[in-house]
Amino acid sequence: MPEFWINMGPQHPMTHGLWNMKVKVDGETIVDAKPEIGYLHRGYEKIMEVREFQKNVVLTDRLCYVSSITWSHAYCLAVEKMMGIETPERGQWIRVISLELQRIASHLMWLASYGPDLGLLTGLLWALRERELFLDLIQLMSGARMNQNFPRVGGVRNDLPENFEAMCRRSIEHFLEKYENEYQAIFQESKVFRMRTEGVGKITVEEAINWGITGPNLRACGVDVDLRRLDPYETYGEIDFEPQVWHDGGAGDSYARFVCRFNELRESCQIVLQALKKMPKTGPYRVKPPRRAEGEGYAKTEDSRGEALFYVIGDGDDRPYRVKIRSPVFCTMAATPTLLRGNKLADVVSILGSVDVCVGEMDK
Amino acid sequence: MSALAKPLPHITGRPVPGVEKEVLAGLKAAFASKLKDAKAVRERLVEIVIDRADLIDVCTYLKNTLGFEHLSCITAVDWKDHFESIYHIENYYNGCMVQVNAQIPYDDPKIASLTGLWHAADYHEREAWDLMGVEYEGHPNLVRILLPEDFKFHPLRKEFAQEVDRQYISRRKLRGGK
Amino acid sequence: MSAPLVPDLFGLCKVLTAAIIWIVQQIIYALAGPIPPLAGLGDFLGTDFVITLVTWLIVVTVVVLWVTVINLFTIMWVERKLYSRLQDRYGIMISVWSLPFWPFNRTRRPTHRGTGYLQNLADGIKLIQKENITPRNADSAMFHISPVLIASSTLMAFAVLPWSSGFYVANLDLGILFILAAFSLAPLGILIAGWSANNKYTLVGGLRAAAMLLSYSIPAVLAVIALVFFTGSLNPIVIVGQQDRPIVLAGTTLPIPAWYVFGPQFLGFLVFTVAMIAEMERVPFDIPEAEAELVEGWTTEYSGMRFGIVFAFKWLRMLAASGLISILYLGGWSGPVFATVFVGSIPIPIFPEEFWFVLRVYGLSAFFVVLSWSVPRVRIDQILNIGWKRLIPYSLLAILIAAGFRVLG
Repeated sequence: MPEFWINMGPQHPMTHGLWNMKVKVDGETIVDAKPEIGYLHRGYEKIMEVREFQKNVVLTDRLCYVSSITWSHAYCLAVEKMMGIETPERGQWIRVISLELQRIASHLMWLASYGPDLGLLTGLLWALRERELFLDLIQLMSGARMNQNFPRVGGVRNDLPENFEAMCRRSIEHFLEKYENEYQAIFQESKVFRMRTEGVGKITVEEAINWGITGPNLRACGVDVDLRRLDPYETYGEIDFEPQVWHDGGAGDSYARFVCRFNELRESCQIVLQALKKMPKTGPYRVKPPRRAEGEGYAKTEDSRGEALFYVIGDGDDRPYRVKIRSPVFCTMAATPTLLRGNKLADVVSILGSVDVCVGEMDK
Repeated sequence: MSALAKPLPHITGRPVPGVEKEVLAGLKAAFASKLKDAKAVRERLVEIVIDRADLIDVCTYLKNTLGFEHLSCITAVDWKDHFESIYHIENYYNGCMVQVNAQIPYDDPKIASLTGLWHAADYHEREAWDLMGVEYEGHPNLVRILLPEDFKFHPLRKEFAQEVDRQYISRRKLRGGK
Repeated sequence: MSAPLVPDLFGLCKVLTAAIIWIVQQIIYALAGPIPPLAGLGDFLGTDFVITLVTWLIVVTVVVLWVTVINLFTIMWVERKLYSRLQDRYGIMISVWSLPFWPFNRTRRPTHRGTGYLQNLADGIKLIQKENITPRNADSAMFHISPVLIASSTLMAFAVLPWSSGFYVANLDLGILFILAAFSLAPLGILIAGWSANNKYTLVGGLRAAAMLLSYSIPAVLAVIALVFFTGSLNPIVIVGQQDRPIVLAGTTLPIPAWYVFGPQFLGFLVFTVAMIAEMERVPFDIPEAEAELVEGWTTEYSGMRFGIVFAFKWLRMLAASGLISILYLGGWSGPVFATVFVGSIPIPIFPEEFWFVLRVYGLSAFFVVLSWSVPRVRIDQILNIGWKRLIPYSLLAILIAAGFRVLG
């Protein structure tokens, strides 16, 4: 059979969004790949130039619809750096809690979509079942399940509700029990799952750094880089946590990426519990930001998918002059031909599922 | 400076305090005359302004000598009288970030491509070309990435006006201000 | 030892046919008064040839209805309900209480809170209403033939598969071989479907099916060969008859039935079961229609009831494979001894052989369902590795073991 191109997308069960992965196959082996993106381009950077600083949070929420708070927070942080203001301490702790809850919800969404990628629909329903717990917590905190509009320039929208700590503990306890028993059994301890993920989509450390792969995908290569610790923002410097890095052999394959993300679920739960314990019980959670600002500010944060960078320039008006969004998925997508080449056609889903593609932030 | 000259053997994942001063000193020592502006903005952030001709030299020095291995982002900014291509380059060994602002004249929006140094520059430069129209010379495949192939404009330029809804016009402008 | 509910399906149907034909004959003879040539027709209808022919048609119809109407709907319901419970949800809920007219649709009763048995019927009605689309560049004739080929080859297996010692269409001496041959016809239909639809996904899916056919039919047949060393026959009824007794070991009778799975055939049983999972394209081995990478594999281009047929007949293949496994290794329809009630002189078994056989078939099917909803799908090269490097050597080993036991007695 001669080599031919197969379009995997834009409408395909594998894509989880709207993009086109062109793969050139020789029989079942991939010889070349070419991602085609831009189907979901909404011109965010241009729209944000005509909206006031605070109103842009509504947009950044929708950058990645499964990880809204982390993106809005990165934007707010960049604007705060530009304006030169700082969030009060309790506001920072609330931000940390909301970020980690959002990270758990986002990782669970990834886990849920990784199951059907490999033909395991049961994983989807189990992971979505536990995601509801965390969406409920986020709803309790911010009033909305998705697109919360919660972080504000200068703090957060509102204080934590009453009894939030107890509910958080109860949900996390329940989740960790399911995590230890059910998820481990159906994913990590499954022989067929390991057959499908081990040794596919390998990338070396040098190539991964050179391609700009960040976040859990980079930590799966054995690089101990977590921006929460390397460049601490908010109050992450005061929290004692361990970034999930894959140290064993076979680094950089789909299984390593899976394990890093999977372990981050547990680590994020620990961070939430620590933050609930360490945060001041009362205090202001928000400062009033200036209406206009001049200067430039950037913030890089550890998003659920990697390094999210916002670069905001203000020209003295009440709207940003230029906003630049650095999406981790955008950079990972550039490296997908390297990841895919030489693997089998069925591994496309195993690899692209493990790097966790979110089209909303990729296409901006 | 000697500690920075050869990269640390192992990425510890923890920031090194005071590293921005060392990086700034290193850059000033190497490119004293070429830096139009250089300052340590805040902790772990150095900002330098250079001309577009010196881009490759500065970036090669940053990558190979100072160990700035991670090209995080490339931003193109339209300042109406000139363009600026801004590179955020990060060091995983100490958490420092260097922001390189390369200035480009408005009538000749061309700058050298960094794809020879970082693969990551590939998509970022394509995006900057697509949205801002800055041409990266030496890029292997400089075509539109987010917008359709037959799109005629570079929409992030300030001259590409978008319809401004009334609610977005600031009160100052409504009063006849700037 | 239990008795079958239907002692002899053919004999029963023949009595029925003879009765019907006798009534028809009487009508014709009555009409033959005014129209004399009809008397010859009446005589012709009474010949053994016509009665046997009509009996065959009726037997086939009975078995097809039994398989497709009763068992297909039940197995679909079992699967959908079972995996829904596995996934912590209710699953399908449309039942008679959802019907939109009087005795069912009550004001105070929720309409979608039933057992869900009618959901498959509703799905079928929906699929029939849908448009049958043929792709413009498809090979139209082949594209239309392949669902027929798949459906008929699957039903062919049921022609020989007995549901008890009396409930079967045909009793062939080479019945097992016939069922295996019918099984291996389906991948041919898949290959034709994949090629003729003129789509890259279907093409890859069809070629995967062809590759899988080679690597899984061979171990299955080899495992059956190992079994034949013990049975000496390929007749399903003879094979089940051999298992319908307790194990006698060194003169003592153990309270274990002498199923072929307990004994030297265990390895063959494992090989045959794994090969059958691949034959029926369930999840660990459903790579021809891997919905994640090839949208729906070889069924991508089918729509309407044509899709419904190729989709639903997968379940029938699962039923046939479960039946085959239970006949070969699990004692078929042999059950524990139960009292038989005599009505007059006719014995009516309380738990007939059909009950035990259906119990085994659904038990095995439930096992396959739980298995396929709790593991991911394996890759094409891994599936071929399992087939060629594991199953074939193991099946050869099973032949060796069987031959050894045979020689030693």
